[in-house]
Amino acid sequence: MRRRGTLWFWVFVGPFAAGLALFTYVPLLWSVGLSFFDAHNTVTPTHFIGLDNYTAMLRDDAFVGSLRTFLVFTAFIVPATYVFSLSLALMVNRLTYARAFFRSVFFLPAACSYVVAALVWKMSLFNGVRFGLANTVLGWFGGAPVAWLSTTDPPWYWLVIVTVRLWLQAGFYMILFLAGLQRIDPVLYEAAAVDGARPGWTVLRHITLPQLRATSVAVVLLLVINAFQAFDEFYNLLSDARGYPPYARPPLVYLYYTALGQGQNLGSGSAGAVILALVIAVVTVGQARWLKLGRTDADG
Amino acid sequence: MDDALVRAGRALRLVVLITLALLFLIPFYLLVRNGLSSERDITSPQWTFFPAELRWGNVRELFDDPSVPFARSLLNSALIAVATTLGTLLIASLAGYGLARIPYRHANKVFYGVLGTLLVPAAVTFVPSFVLVSSLGWISTLRGLIIPTLFSAFACFVFRQYFLGFPRELEDAAQVDGLGYWRTYWLVVVPNARPVFAAVGTIVFLGAWNSFLWPLVIGQDQSAWTVQVALSSFTTSQVIRLHELFVAAVVSILPLLLVFLCFQRWIVAGVERSGID
Repeated sequence: MRRRGTLWFWVFVGPFAAGLALFTYVPLLWSVGLSFFDAHNTVTPTHFIGLDNYTAMLRDDAFVGSLRTFLVFTAFIVPATYVFSLSLALMVNRLTYARAFFRSVFFLPAACSYVVAALVWKMSLFNGVRFGLANTVLGWFGGAPVAWLSTTDPPWYWLVIVTVRLWLQAGFYMILFLAGLQRIDPVLYEAAAVDGARPGWTVLRHITLPQLRATSVAVVLLLVINAFQAFDEFYNLLSDARGYPPYARPPLVYLYYTALGQGQNLGSGSAGAVILALVIAVVTVGQARWLKLGRTDADG
Repeated sequence: MDDALVRAGRALRLVVLITLALLFLIPFYLLVRNGLSSERDITSPQWTFFPAELRWGNVRELFDDPSVPFARSLLNSALIAVATTLGTLLIASLAGYGLARIPYRHANKVFYGVLGTLLVPAAVTFVPSFVLVSSLGWISTLRGLIIPTLFSAFACFVFRQYFLGFPRELEDAAQVDGLGYWRTYWLVVVPNARPVFAAVGTIVFLGAWNSFLWPLVIGQDQSAWTVQVALSSFTTSQVIRLHELFVAAVVSILPLLLVFLCFQRWIVAGVERSGID
């Protein structure tokens, strides 16, 4: 009986497991292997160089700078998306009519690709010339046109990069929050009303937010992981026929140019990928721990 | 007094929501507006809400432009998105069912092996995956664009969670009737699990149509470009024909908006029960 189960288990799970092994585990191990070799333009290198790729990457200002870019980006986008999508969910949730309409409008950008969104932002909204919509609006108030994407001081390009992502992903997280809000027992709100709590900030702080804790943990985790993978909007907003400017280069953009660009330095690229994976693992685990700690504090 | 306050609050909320909704729709409006404008109208220093003339001919101009394989890239995207969706649904649903229902001593270990890959962002492995795919000779082929993306740990996880909450009575009845796992799955489970297939299917379809990094890395020849790569190549090239670019973007999101509006219910349901909390 058990043998029958085992056989059928592998009939069902086998194809998936084999594919996952081949296209996820093998590349991972291969990457770790390559990172110890001098692998320019080749995937079967012969020259073992130990940790040299790693030390070179960690001494490379451009790579370390890319990690810093990621941190700055995360520091902007995670809290911004969290607060904005939660606010949207709270407002939409309390509507008695047209709820489906507003939910759809805010969720609609999720159907848009980063490439298309970046195109609108770069060529139409935040174009550095006068015909850009942002500059037109500035002009109405007597402001001079701003070169949004190429101004590094002040760094206006951050505004462009953060708003693209906010527009694209806020609706998705709003849906998660809406689902969380639906699961809150109305009895809690009734009890609060009986106790004289006025709807608003007090109820939000003492009932809604604590009840949304599980959703919040998931949302923050997803936001950070997604921010780490930022590539599409940076690449499409900032690169042009001349290449990519030295500023605002997140890790994946850097790795893309290192491993697949002119140098085809697959060894360094792999070392960078391994370092990035380790950083992500540390951040993810650290964050899970920290959020759990927050829970015991609040409960106890 | 209280009533007036509540009503004022409600009105304020509505004003804020309507303003935000308009802001959210502006980018879509800009796409369509620019897509149907002449190049001169787009770059006119005096920005106007409505273009001077609507040019439907932009669509034909886009498909007639020999320097851009746009029709080809649309076809590639459609093939990739459909194949990826069907393949992922088949492979991941089988695996999810096996993990949820078929007793096996090491099932938990296999499951943790799947979960572990969720922690490694797929994009981090793009360098070694590129190496693997190129050593298989799959660069610039549909195979290379489709097959490596078929094994979604996320989809498998969602299916497993769904099947764990599936009523056992139906399957028990089928087993009593002498159906094995295989036929129980196809004749009893799948027909009763349509919502989760629709939800995962739409999410995978949107993801496949919109994905950029992998097609950029693998689709090196123009013949293997997807819509997203073609669009991106417009924006990074020296000569930009803006009206063509925008009408191409509109064409590229039309199929998605269609899928999106038809299946929105399922996407929402799928996102809500993706088991992330």
